[in-house]
Amino acid sequence: MQMQTDLLQEARRQAEICNACRYCEGYCSVFPALHAERAFSDGDLTQLANLCHNCRGCYYACQYTAPHEFDLNLPQALANVRQDSWEELAFPRAAGKAFQKNGVLIAVASVIGFALLFWAARVLASVGGEGFYAVLSHNAMVAIFLPAFLFPLVSIAVSLRRYWRHIDAGPFRPAHLIAALRQAASMKNLKGGHGDGCNFEDEDRFTHARRAVHQAVMYGFLLCFAATSVATVMHYMLDMPAPYRLFSVPKLLGISGGLLLVVGCFEMIRLKLRSDRTLGAAGAFGGEVAFIGLLGFTGFSGLALYAFGQTAATPTLLAVHLGAVLAFFLLAPFTKMAHGFYRLTALTADAGRSRK
Amino acid sequence: MTSPDIAIIGGGNAALCAAITAAEAGARVLILETAPKPYRGGNSRHTRNFRCMHHGPLGPLVDSYTEEEYLADLIKVTGGKTDEGLARLAIRTSEECLPWMEEHGVRFQPSLSGTLSLARTNAFFLGGGKSLVNAYYLTAEKLGVQVEYEAAVTHLELDDDRVTRVDYTRHGQTHTITPKAVVVASGGFQADTDWLARAWGPAAKNFLIRGTPYNRGVVLADLLDQGVEQVGDPTQCHAVAIDGRAPKFDGGIVTRLDCVPFSIVVNKDAQRFYDEGEDVWPKRYAIWGRLVAAQPEQVGYVIIDAKSLELFMPSVFPPIQADTLEDLAEKMGLPADALVQTVSAFNDACGDTSGFHPTELDGVTTTGLTPPKTNWARPITEPPFYGYSLRTGVTFTYLGLKVDETAQCAIGNRPVTNLWAAGETMAGSILGQGYLAGFGMTIGTVFGRIAGKEAAAHANAN
Repeated sequence: MQMQTDLLQEARRQAEICNACRYCEGYCSVFPALHAERAFSDGDLTQLANLCHNCRGCYYACQYTAPHEFDLNLPQALANVRQDSWEELAFPRAAGKAFQKNGVLIAVASVIGFALLFWAARVLASVGGEGFYAVLSHNAMVAIFLPAFLFPLVSIAVSLRRYWRHIDAGPFRPAHLIAALRQAASMKNLKGGHGDGCNFEDEDRFTHARRAVHQAVMYGFLLCFAATSVATVMHYMLDMPAPYRLFSVPKLLGISGGLLLVVGCFEMIRLKLRSDRTLGAAGAFGGEVAFIGLLGFTGFSGLALYAFGQTAATPTLLAVHLGAVLAFFLLAPFTKMAHGFYRLTALTADAGRSRK
Repeated sequence: MTSPDIAIIGGGNAALCAAITAAEAGARVLILETAPKPYRGGNSRHTRNFRCMHHGPLGPLVDSYTEEEYLADLIKVTGGKTDEGLARLAIRTSEECLPWMEEHGVRFQPSLSGTLSLARTNAFFLGGGKSLVNAYYLTAEKLGVQVEYEAAVTHLELDDDRVTRVDYTRHGQTHTITPKAVVVASGGFQADTDWLARAWGPAAKNFLIRGTPYNRGVVLADLLDQGVEQVGDPTQCHAVAIDGRAPKFDGGIVTRLDCVPFSIVVNKDAQRFYDEGEDVWPKRYAIWGRLVAAQPEQVGYVIIDAKSLELFMPSVFPPIQADTLEDLAEKMGLPADALVQTVSAFNDACGDTSGFHPTELDGVTTTGLTPPKTNWARPITEPPFYGYSLRTGVTFTYLGLKVDETAQCAIGNRPVTNLWAAGETMAGSILGQGYLAGFGMTIGTVFGRIAGKEAAAHANAN
């Protein structure tokens, strides 16, 4: 693996200064891990970078930020390494390189997704299918979405395995994963150590805005995912095929999740626009916003499909929604979506480190 | 702008505590901070904790720390050069300050790794002093305090027992305001190296200044020239030994070097000059500032070998490394023969090292060597060899404004009716010499709050 040495070297320079200071120890998971080392290998730095949630507490507290000659900007240095690690560890690597920082390409891929579904709806429409299956036959949907679902899973699994080796983590223990899940569930690393939240949209003022919005997106996504999973079980195991009523489990999960997702993504973009971009990875802003836009649009088109599902607009809405879902899934390992998997892995490895 | 009720000169911890207290009492407050915004906060930016008396666990502090123990610690480091009345006031008030600090936005964290010895006495700021300063600025802003950065106060006009006028320049323009009361919280004069050289001697030009370059003592000099009472030894400053590669100003905490007890220290002629193992480092680092200052060109060189490299906290600059002492000498600009001779004389004087213990006085000593090394004396034999240069780093100057228990300044034996002082600019009243970790922030917080309260009472009554 060929991570960029200049990015690693800059992160190393900054980490060594942090290690001689230690004032930020209580903010997040990065500093106790950093202070446990005397020298930083590329793997150590990659792990620190993926532990960092970019809460920015350390930046605004730092006595050595520019114009000081030490010129510390640890959130940026770690974001650069983190971004680079996602590109380098991606499987296939070229896809990570292509999409991570490229908002335009993400948008183009989404449009291709729509087009593909329009074409599929025209060619593969089923005669006598019910509801959405009238637009696109059940078998056609499965034929498109099963691989589109399995491919990102395989890709991410390969990447995480590479990551685990690169950071030289010890043996995997389920207890460490549980500890990591617990931290992610409350987004502990965006609480700032004191529980006042993080610095993001308003310089050095601590707020819970980013944490709240992130949780809306994360839980919204998980609810939508749960809706699909429940529906799959109902369809195949309970012989209860779609469409479902309003007061059914898939619908309730899907609608609440969709609303959270749409509001969360909208607010996240607003917060990002107000934040200081020089504290994030260079050149990643467009790719991040495009990804959040795609995620929010996926939720929005799903809600629209529900609202206007019984009208003449159904084929169009269905093609658009399924096109968005398709693009989202296929791009998941190569966009900001990957961060959740890496973060969870980093937190798991860190739980192992701190319990040694 | 129209003149505020109270002008506060300075923008660090003491100034902010005064501003917040005065604003909460209803006064219109203006802070005149000479630094630009990124450097606001004076030396408070570099601090990390607050020494606090407490009965039983308080915030991040464990056990208890009584007034008598605190005072005894202070008397030990100052050699008794303190004003006991003011010292007791600072110590006693520190306990109520900690919750006050939390209410006004300061957040604490458990004692940092490597500083467990302070877990009982010192409350650490989460994120350090700059985060404390940030929190106080946000609180002050919310209370309507006005802040002008890059506002350099040049003169306070004293008419009999009153300050009648404050002159300052900002962005090349001169301004004059006539506040009802003034609080001076603008630190010492250590960043004015000419003044330092006049006081200490020309050697001071080689000193590094650990903190802000903005504490130039302009207001202090202006007030002393007009006869305001002074306190503290004008020729002295608090100085420690720091990494010689540190920047001239603002190097802060990361430039400290904790390796002296495991080393030998030589001057530029490669000669040792003091017992490196006299005591544990936290008790000795302050005297090494003076020891190095007394050496030619005010520089020292720490020499260790491979077995000692990981016994101390990492510092910001990596050590100079070589496989032989000759190479190390060359890389450090030392006479190679002399260094080899000094090291072998030291090695020959080392005895049984089996009792070596890095964190305790282990009595592993040299015999027949002058000066001796009385603890941690292990021969320097194991390559690679490492070296650091040492220079004198000035923390603050002792000369300041004399205040009473209401933080009020005086002229002759009469108070200046509308002038108060807080923080390093009056710390010489309590710290006659030496330093106690975290006590500067205690003095700043206690006397900042008193000054703010008194100034507001004066402004509200007039």
